[in-house]
Amino acid sequence: MSDLIRQSAATLAAAIARKEVSSEEVTRAHLDRISEVDERVHAFLYVDPEASIARAREVDQQIAKGELSSPLAGVPIALKDLLATKGVPTTCGSRILEGWRPPYNATIVDKLHAAGVVSLGKTNMDEFAMGSSTEHSGYGPTHNPWDLERIPGGSGGGSAAAVASFESPLAIGTDTGGSIRQPAAVTGTVGVKPTYGGVSRYGIVALASSLDQAGPCARDVMDTALLHSVIAGHDPRDSTSINAPVPDFVAAALNADVRGMKIGVIKELQGEGFQSGVLERFNQSLEILTELGAEIVEVSCPHFQYALGAYYLILPSEASSNLARFDGMRFGIRVDDGKNRSVEQVMGATREKGFGAEVKRRIMLGTYALSSGYYDAYYGQAQRIRTLITRDFEAAFSKVDVLVSPTSPITAFKIGEKLDDPLAMYLNDIATIPVNLAGNCAMSLPIGLAPEDGLPVGLQIIAPAMADSLLYQVGSALESALVDRWGGLLISEAPSL
Amino acid sequence: MTTEYNAVIAEFDPIIGLETHIELGTNSKMFCSCSAQFGGEPNTFVCPVCLGMPGSMPVVNRVAVESTIRMGLALNCSIVPWCRFARKNYFYPDMPKNYQISQYDEPLCINGYLDVTVATDDGPQIFRVEIERVHMEEDTGKLLHAGGAGRIHGATHSLVDYNRAGIPLIEVVTKPILGTGVLAPEVAKAYVAELRDLMRALGVSDVRMEEGSLRCDVNVSLSRPGEEWGTRTETKNVNSLRSVERAVRTEMLRQADRLRSGERIIQETRHFNEETGDTTSGRSKEQAEDYRYFPEPDLVPIAPSEAWIEQLRGTLPEIPSVRRARLQLDWGITDFDMQSLVNAGALELIVASIDAGVQPAAARKWWTGELTRVANERNFELEELSVTANDIAEIEKLISAGELTDKMARSVFEGLLDGEGSVSHIVSKRGLVVVNDDASLIAAINVALADAPDVAEKIQGGKIAAAGSIVGAVMKATQGQADAAKVRTLLLEQLGVME
Repeated sequence: MSDLIRQSAATLAAAIARKEVSSEEVTRAHLDRISEVDERVHAFLYVDPEASIARAREVDQQIAKGELSSPLAGVPIALKDLLATKGVPTTCGSRILEGWRPPYNATIVDKLHAAGVVSLGKTNMDEFAMGSSTEHSGYGPTHNPWDLERIPGGSGGGSAAAVASFESPLAIGTDTGGSIRQPAAVTGTVGVKPTYGGVSRYGIVALASSLDQAGPCARDVMDTALLHSVIAGHDPRDSTSINAPVPDFVAAALNADVRGMKIGVIKELQGEGFQSGVLERFNQSLEILTELGAEIVEVSCPHFQYALGAYYLILPSEASSNLARFDGMRFGIRVDDGKNRSVEQVMGATREKGFGAEVKRRIMLGTYALSSGYYDAYYGQAQRIRTLITRDFEAAFSKVDVLVSPTSPITAFKIGEKLDDPLAMYLNDIATIPVNLAGNCAMSLPIGLAPEDGLPVGLQIIAPAMADSLLYQVGSALESALVDRWGGLLISEAPSL
Repeated sequence: MTTEYNAVIAEFDPIIGLETHIELGTNSKMFCSCSAQFGGEPNTFVCPVCLGMPGSMPVVNRVAVESTIRMGLALNCSIVPWCRFARKNYFYPDMPKNYQISQYDEPLCINGYLDVTVATDDGPQIFRVEIERVHMEEDTGKLLHAGGAGRIHGATHSLVDYNRAGIPLIEVVTKPILGTGVLAPEVAKAYVAELRDLMRALGVSDVRMEEGSLRCDVNVSLSRPGEEWGTRTETKNVNSLRSVERAVRTEMLRQADRLRSGERIIQETRHFNEETGDTTSGRSKEQAEDYRYFPEPDLVPIAPSEAWIEQLRGTLPEIPSVRRARLQLDWGITDFDMQSLVNAGALELIVASIDAGVQPAAARKWWTGELTRVANERNFELEELSVTANDIAEIEKLISAGELTDKMARSVFEGLLDGEGSVSHIVSKRGLVVVNDDASLIAAINVALADAPDVAEKIQGGKIAAAGSIVGAVMKATQGQADAAKVRTLLLEQLGVME
C-alpha cells in the first residue's frame, strides 16, 4: 500500500485486518511524518516513538492470533493532552502540570487500547482547553497546516492539525464550547461533539463539567463514525454518562440519505459577523442538500443571542472550582523558595507561575460569578438562559430533523491577531456554544474554501440529544456530494508541508 | 449546678442548636470504592478519585444514600423527591480537590424531630428537638503537623493522610432549640446521645467517638426574656457527650458575663478545649469565607422513588425510645432508675453485658455503680473505659463460682483500667484468691475471738448480729480475700450457734 499517511482510518484498518500492511508499518509511517513536519506544525506535545511501535507490534501479534477484531485495530491515533494517560506526561497545555504522569488512564484511553488503536502521542491545546486558537498553550502555538502563519482553531488545535497534516488519521478532541468543531472547520477536517453523556468523561481533565464532551476528529465522516463507536458508551465511573445502548453510527454513515428530511437553518446564526465567503459556501451547501432531496426551513432560536454571555458565566464558574486542585500540593509543579512559606503562599505562588493569563482571567471571572450576593444574578441567571436555549432547540426540533449553521463565523486568522482581544476570540464560538449549553450533539465538516482567502470553511450539523446517528447520516450525504464535485476530500487541496 | 449558673438562668434564656457530623459505617467511601475503615498506614486507602487527581470523577455510594434516608426516616423527616450535591469551595491541603462535595440548599431529608428525655428532680422530662435537615457529604483528609508539638503553630512541616478523605459523613442539623432553660446543657447531651443510639440501632454507623467519628458543632445564644434572640456563637468540633454538655454550659456562662458587662457577643466560631473545658475565639463569621456553593456538575441528581423510600422504611429497627421502654419493663426498674442509667451512658453497655451472659441486676450494679464512679473520677465517658461486656461476664462467672469477691472485682476493674491485661491475668498478677480453705479461716476466726472474748459470749447469748465484728476482723486479717458469708457460717458453727 502506498502513501500510508494519506489513507483513511477505515482503509488502513481494513488493510491491516487483511494483513496487507502491519500496524507497525502504518505507525512508523505516521511517526516519520511527525518527525518530518511537526517541527513546523507543532501539533504534538509528546511523542514516544518506541512506545508507539512496541504497542503496534503487540497489536499486530494480537491480530495475527485472531484476538482483535475491532474495526480500528492497528490504526494510530493522537490524543488531546487533556486525557489522563497512565505513566505518560499529561499537561493539559499548562505549565502547572509540567512533569505530571497520571497513575491512571481515562476511560476512553482504555477503550482505545482495548480496540487496538495505537497512540502516537499527546496533542497541543489551549491551556486547560480555554481558547479558540491554541495560542494559549503553555508550550507555544500550533500552526494551521493550510497556512503555517495561521491558527488551527482551539482549544483542540493540536488534534485537528495532526489530522489535517497527515500526522495521524484519527485524533481525540474535547469540546466544551466548540473545541472539536471550530478547529475542524478551520483545518478542513471533520469533528464531532457527541451528545453530553455519550462518551465517558472519566479521566478527561475537567474544564466545565456540565459542558465538556470528548469526541472524534478525522478527515472524513466515516472515520469519525468508526472512532465514535469505539469510544462511546456508558461508564460506571462517570455517573453523567448515558446508560443506553450505543446507536450504530457506521450504519448511519453508510445510509447517506437526506431525502424527505427537514433541515433547519438558524436565522440567528448568519449575517452580521459572518465572513462573506463562509456564508457563500454555507448557502451552496444548502443548495446541495436541497438537490439531495432535503427541505430547507428557516427556524428562529431567539435566545441564542444570550448564549455567549451565559457560557462565559457557567464555564468560568465551573472552571474556577475544577482548577482549584492545581495548588502544587499533590501533582505538577510547586513554587517554593524554601524560605518557610505558609501553605497559602506556596499555593498562590504555584498558581501565579503555573497558570497563563487566559486561565487566570477565567478563574477570576468564575470566582466572582459564584460569590455570595452575585451567584443568582450571574450563575443563576446563566442557568436560566441555558434552559431557554434548550427550549429553543426543542421548539426547532419539533419542526425539523436537524439544524445547520456555519461552524465558525470566520476562517483561520493569523497567529497573534486576536490575542489581545478576548471578546473577539470568544466570538469564534458563537455558533458552537449553544449546542454545549443544551447538551445535544453536532458535527463540523468541510464544505469548501472561502473565495477571498482560500481557507477551509466548515458547516455545522446539529441534532437532538441522543440522535447522533443523524449527524452521520446527513454528514455523509453532504460529504459524498461535495467529494463528487471536488473529485476527492477537501484536505487533499491543502498545500504540501 | 453552681450558683453562678443558676444566676445566668434567672436572667437569660438560652437557645441552642446542634450540627452533628457522623461518619457512616459503609464499606467503601462516599464517591469511590476505597475502603472506608478507620486508620491504616497513611495514604493506603486512596485512589485517583479520593486524591482528587485531575480528570477523576465521583460516583455516589448507594449504601450511603440508603443510610441517610433511613436516618432521615428514623428522625421523622420528609425525604425530598429530588436533590443534588453541591460543591463547597475553599482551599485547604487536607482537601484534595480544594472543594468538598456536600449538600447545600437541597438536602436529602428535611423537617423531622427527635424526642429526648432528660432526668429532672420532678422525674423524666421529654423535649422535642426539631430537625431542620439531614444531608450527606465527604470527609477531608487529616493533617499531621511535625516539629511543633503536633500543633500547626511552630510546626516545621505538615504531612497529609488522605485515608479519611472521602469517608461518607451525614450531617444532622437541628432547628433552634427553645425553652430548655436550665436544662440546656443536659438537653444538648441527651440529644447527641439519642442520635448516636439511633445511628447504632439503625446499623448505619457504630459511632466510635474515641476515633472522632462523631463531631458536633454547638450553637449557643442568650437573650433576656421578651427580647430578640441574641447573637450566637458556634463552638466547633466538640467530640464527646460530656464535652457537648460542658461546651453549652461554658458558653452560656461566658456570654452572660459579656452581656452583663455591656459588651456584645461577636458572631464567630469558637474552639472547645477538652482539657480545660473553655472555649476560645476562632475566626469571626463576619469575615467568614465565601464557599461559592454551586450544584456539583459531576454527579446526577438523587431522586429517590416512593417505592424505594417505603422499602427502606420497612428496614427500620425498633427505635431506641421504644426499646428502652421494653427493657425497663423486662428489668422491672423505675423510670428514675432507667433514666439515670441512660444518662450515665450505661444502657448499651448493660445490654451488651446481659448478652454476654451477665444477670441483668448484676450488669446494672456494675455499670451504674462502681464503673460510673470510676468514670466520673477519671473524667471519662462510660463507654470510653477499657472495660468490656465480656470482662463483666468473666468477673461475674468468677464471683458466682466463689472464686472472687465483690471487693476483689473492684481491684480487677482497677487493673483493667490501668491496662494490666485480661481479667484472668489481673486476677493472678494481683494474687486475688478467695481464701476457701476452712482450716486457715477457722484459725483466723479463733485469733479474732481470742482478741474479743466478750463478743463470743454475746453471740452465744443470742445476739447473732454481733458476729459482724468478728467477720470484719477476719476479712481484715485475710486482706479481703475471704468469702464473708462463709466466714460467718464457720464462726457460728465454731460457737455452736444455730440461726
